[in-house]
Amino acid sequence: MFDQSLAATIFGRLSWESFPLHEPIILGTFIVVVLLGAAIVAAVFKFGLWGWLWREWFTSVDHKKIGIMYIILGIIMLLRGFADALMMRAQQAIAFAGNDGFLPAHHYDQVFSAHGTIMIFFVAIPLVVGLINYVMPLQIGARDVAFPFLNNFSFWMTVAGAVLVMISLFVGEFSTGGWLNYVPVTNLENSPGTGPDYYLWALQIAGVGTTLSAINMVVTIIKMRAPGMTMMKMPVFCWTALCSNVLAIAIFPVLTGAFALLMMDRYVGTNFFTNDLGGNPMLYWNLVWIWGHPEVYVLVLPAFGIYSEITSTFSGKRLFGYTSMVYATVVITILSYLVWLHHFFTMGSGASVNSFFGIATMVISIPTGAKIFNWLFTMYRGSIRFDLPMMWVVAFMLTFVVGGMTGVLLAVPPADFVLHNSLFLVAHFHNVIIGGVVFGLFAGIIYWFPKAFGFHLDPWWGKVGFWGWVIGYWVAWTPIYVVGLMGTTRRVRHFDDPSMQIWFVLAGIGALIILVGILGFVMSIVMGYVKRDQLRDTTGDPWDGRTLEWATSSPPPAYNFAFTPVVHDLDAWYDMKSRGHRRPEGGYLPIHMPRNTGAGLILSALATVLGFAMVWYMWWLAVLSFLGLVVVTIAHTFNYNRDYYIDAADVEREERSHDAALAAGA
Amino acid sequence: MTTMAQDNSPVDPSTFYVVEQDDHGHGSPTLLGFWIYLMSDALIFAALFATFGVLSSSYAGGPAPHEIFNLRLVALNTAILLFSSITYGFAMLAMERGGLRAVQGWLLVTGLLGLSFVGVELYEFAELIAEGATPQRSGFLSAFFTLVGTHGLHVTVGIIWIGVMLVQLNQRGLHLENKRRLQCLSMFWHFLDVIWIGVFSFVYLLGMVR
Amino acid sequence: MVQQSFSSVRRLRTLATLPLLGLLAACNQAVLDPAGDVARQQRDIIYISTGLMLVIIVPVMILIVVFAWRYRKGKGGTYDPEFDHSTTLELVIWSAPLLIIIMLGALTWSSTHLLDPFRPLDRVGVGQEATAPAEAPLRVQVVALDWKWLFIYPEQGIATVNELVLPVNREVRFDITSSNMMNTFYAPTMAGMIYAMPGMQSTLHAVLDRPVVSEGFSANYSGAGFSDMRFRLHGVADARFQQWVRQVKQSGRVLDTSSYQRLAQPSERVPAMHFAGVNGDLFQRVVERCVEPGKPCMSELMRHGQSGGHTMTPRGETLPQSDDREGHLIDPSRKTGARPVPGTTVSQPGVISPEAEHDRDLGDTPEAGSRAPAKPKI
Repeated sequence: MFDQSLAATIFGRLSWESFPLHEPIILGTFIVVVLLGAAIVAAVFKFGLWGWLWREWFTSVDHKKIGIMYIILGIIMLLRGFADALMMRAQQAIAFAGNDGFLPAHHYDQVFSAHGTIMIFFVAIPLVVGLINYVMPLQIGARDVAFPFLNNFSFWMTVAGAVLVMISLFVGEFSTGGWLNYVPVTNLENSPGTGPDYYLWALQIAGVGTTLSAINMVVTIIKMRAPGMTMMKMPVFCWTALCSNVLAIAIFPVLTGAFALLMMDRYVGTNFFTNDLGGNPMLYWNLVWIWGHPEVYVLVLPAFGIYSEITSTFSGKRLFGYTSMVYATVVITILSYLVWLHHFFTMGSGASVNSFFGIATMVISIPTGAKIFNWLFTMYRGSIRFDLPMMWVVAFMLTFVVGGMTGVLLAVPPADFVLHNSLFLVAHFHNVIIGGVVFGLFAGIIYWFPKAFGFHLDPWWGKVGFWGWVIGYWVAWTPIYVVGLMGTTRRVRHFDDPSMQIWFVLAGIGALIILVGILGFVMSIVMGYVKRDQLRDTTGDPWDGRTLEWATSSPPPAYNFAFTPVVHDLDAWYDMKSRGHRRPEGGYLPIHMPRNTGAGLILSALATVLGFAMVWYMWWLAVLSFLGLVVVTIAHTFNYNRDYYIDAADVEREERSHDAALAAGA
Repeated sequence: MTTMAQDNSPVDPSTFYVVEQDDHGHGSPTLLGFWIYLMSDALIFAALFATFGVLSSSYAGGPAPHEIFNLRLVALNTAILLFSSITYGFAMLAMERGGLRAVQGWLLVTGLLGLSFVGVELYEFAELIAEGATPQRSGFLSAFFTLVGTHGLHVTVGIIWIGVMLVQLNQRGLHLENKRRLQCLSMFWHFLDVIWIGVFSFVYLLGMVR
Repeated sequence: MVQQSFSSVRRLRTLATLPLLGLLAACNQAVLDPAGDVARQQRDIIYISTGLMLVIIVPVMILIVVFAWRYRKGKGGTYDPEFDHSTTLELVIWSAPLLIIIMLGALTWSSTHLLDPFRPLDRVGVGQEATAPAEAPLRVQVVALDWKWLFIYPEQGIATVNELVLPVNREVRFDITSSNMMNTFYAPTMAGMIYAMPGMQSTLHAVLDRPVVSEGFSANYSGAGFSDMRFRLHGVADARFQQWVRQVKQSGRVLDTSSYQRLAQPSERVPAMHFAGVNGDLFQRVVERCVEPGKPCMSELMRHGQSGGHTMTPRGETLPQSDDREGHLIDPSRKTGARPVPGTTVSQPGVISPEAEHDRDLGDTPEAGSRAPAKPKI
């Protein structure tokens, strides 16, 4: 017989009531997820893949595999985040006049909080980090990143955060405080439940991964470029990756600090963000937005880099205005740190302060505009091949300028006084994040997919994905701009004015078209795999590329380059091709490589348990898992056996097979 | 792994590949990486300092700094921590000379000084809490305990690291990897000193005159 | 100055208006169809800024399409793979956005100052610029409760919930705070929004210039009942307003400490309520978070914090008629730059008003700085 207090000691505040068995939507999702998960696990057992997964992927410190795993994580979480989006669209399309919709407030508030949190932290960040991870070391001619183990650890910490967010769907609840977990809604007295705790622990754990990964990438770019590659001969994507990661290092600690203080409030009872006893909720807003605005640029700068690479490649031209592109990127990086207050002009900071931050925000549009012009003039006098990546670029340019325009509009404080927190604002940031970041990520994934896997994505389904996203975006978000101008606020669950319903129905239809786009993208992967023999790339350079990642085979060998390339020009690979380089035919040497390790995965599993135990007040488990983290970390430092050599014979075999593929293709 | 790009001596334009053995040995990137990590840690402290700045007069009817701070005790603690930086410096000098025993000895002294620093800080906290000046009492006290406590937590991590380092030195002596770790630890320890100088002047001294 | 620039860009405004109007025809457009002078100026700024930006956005979009079409592979456009730099073009692509932003920046600077919600209005409508000292603004105190709006009319001595009735063509000064959550006070047809924050007081000046029935709400998510946190806004002629006040005064209910505390409990979809009387210092106590009997006000706590002998003189005290027109975040507990609200009991840090109930009980002498240091209340 379980004593009440014993159960409380063991399970904390976890009880049968914590499982949302009475909510049909969640229960149904739960059953589907369990069945799918069981099917996958069964398949892995059936084909005996555990050993392969563990050896080749989970414990891998190869930047290419970690990059791919990041992107898989991002795509899985995209499906979850998009499911939330569909639920919101459906709710807002039907909840009019007397109709209350199908989501009660407590559920709806969790849905929009989870949607924003997941899309930024567990979709956009993993996809961006994944692409940087995969591409950047290849572009600078390196064999791996500076800290390969740290890279693996960062990835698994991000996964731990995502796992905690997913657990919150089925055990307990997620935060109702919006995607930044705003106080006072999330103060202990207003939200005594587990929601904000799930949010805080998930993001703190994932934040460790993001910060360390950013440090890793910066050091890699500074220290590991191929000989001859000066900073001003570095591909633009690497420049944007550098700026984005420098920015991430500069902002994530502030977010970590703000979340830690809110944790103190919720667990220790301090008074940082409380209403009474000297707390100051506005302080939280300032801290999270010091992170929040630059975060947009952390995401969009690498996307700008992707557009630059693709425009140049598919126009068959050098990038127009490389130098001004680099300076524009650096200027954006610096300015983005000086504009956070524009997220709350209406807090009443005074006209001079508001004007300063408003004008600083507008100034960012100058370098951004310069970038648009640079892409434009790269296309000018080009010979543009409209393969899928280039289609995404043109769609991006047309979509993004509108988002930029509404952004500048919102930066004018008197205009913001009527548009702040409205659906106009929501439409604006979806315009720049979908039109800027998401389009870029799809372009990048399609562009580099043949490099990573040796075959193209299926182009027909890729076009379905493209048109679904582009048309869907415009159908979904134009109505939201309109209702925003009609004075409609964000995060509203139902409306009184029936004349607006048509706009929300339209937006819902747009979301369904985007769903077609997502399915088209998934299908392009599936069909690409099915038809991989027809879509095979044997050259390693399927798009007639210009940068070093195309100088090796597709997929590249574990060591990337048998011989490190020497760089003479900005478009290093184009230079090598045009000056008739020859692949070395012998003289292979053993290659020094980092060894795989499971420490990252173990630490991440312990961190997940720690987060879960803290959310549910299972103090004994929290203490145990924390001690486990400390012990494993220390034990890992006693492992000095971290590297090995690839035999020269193995290198030779690998290179010969690429030579053979090249010869067969020619 | 690959070479560094720092030595950008003009390369032969007809060379496209580095064909000779191209192993690391150009210096590890670890020190740069660790330095950047410390900068990000400094930003956490910056956020905590800013928070303290905003809440430093939110007494909410609770005690003000001059009523609770024991400046003598804090001055003593400051001296202990500053002195531990000097002893760590001696450990680094000994490492340059290759004196393993001396390194271990100085590390031990540093660790013990760190322990006494943490001990004094815990004593100070216990006194405050006994007087009723708990972290829950006011925004000012919340910010005070969190800022000072976070620094103390870092020192504790440093002490554990020193302990691990002592064992590893015992096992493997002053080889390349351990030397690099000693250098990182050195940066970490001095960094905590710099932060503490900020805490001492910004929190304690300024608090007394406010 | 802003007015001048308004007219000089009127052509642009028409240009910008066209597509938007086409899109919005026959809709209930609160933001684009204002009933107040402030909201109208804000809408004009949206038009002007949009127009300015379209000057550059439209050509860029056309160029994107033209270049993408003209230079597609194999269709005969000039191909020049080495064209990657042109100083002239670089100058143009940096200076064109710069010029637009300079114009927008000037507009931003002046309009932000002119339309600062903390600043009293210059005029109540187009062509009605104040020449003589205008009628004193009507004062309304707004408290965002969980989840409804409380409006206190201190001069009329009445209060309402979720119903805001205002006389047209008269400037209104809203003093705004919140009991618990962060909300935004927003009536889109009247003027822009401003945050309602616990422990803080913000201010909004606005005017309605035609009779209107519309809606106001919180624009900042504040928890479960947020979606229904709406109020009706009625703009009526002055005589109708006086009549309405008399009507409310007959409702019988009074808003005192205990009924306020009941009202402040979280509730959703609250129907409009009227209170014939209201405690004079209720709003100030809400701001200072001391409605609950026995709970010390923030300004008292602040005084304790200054007991070390260091006394700050509030700027508002030395310069009561300051023409400082910057907006201030009025936070009695730590800011000292607040202007005293005319007609209310001002409880600024270090200022004691003997007539205020919660100050009378203190044994301190009113002169700041001569008080004996209080013992720490631990």
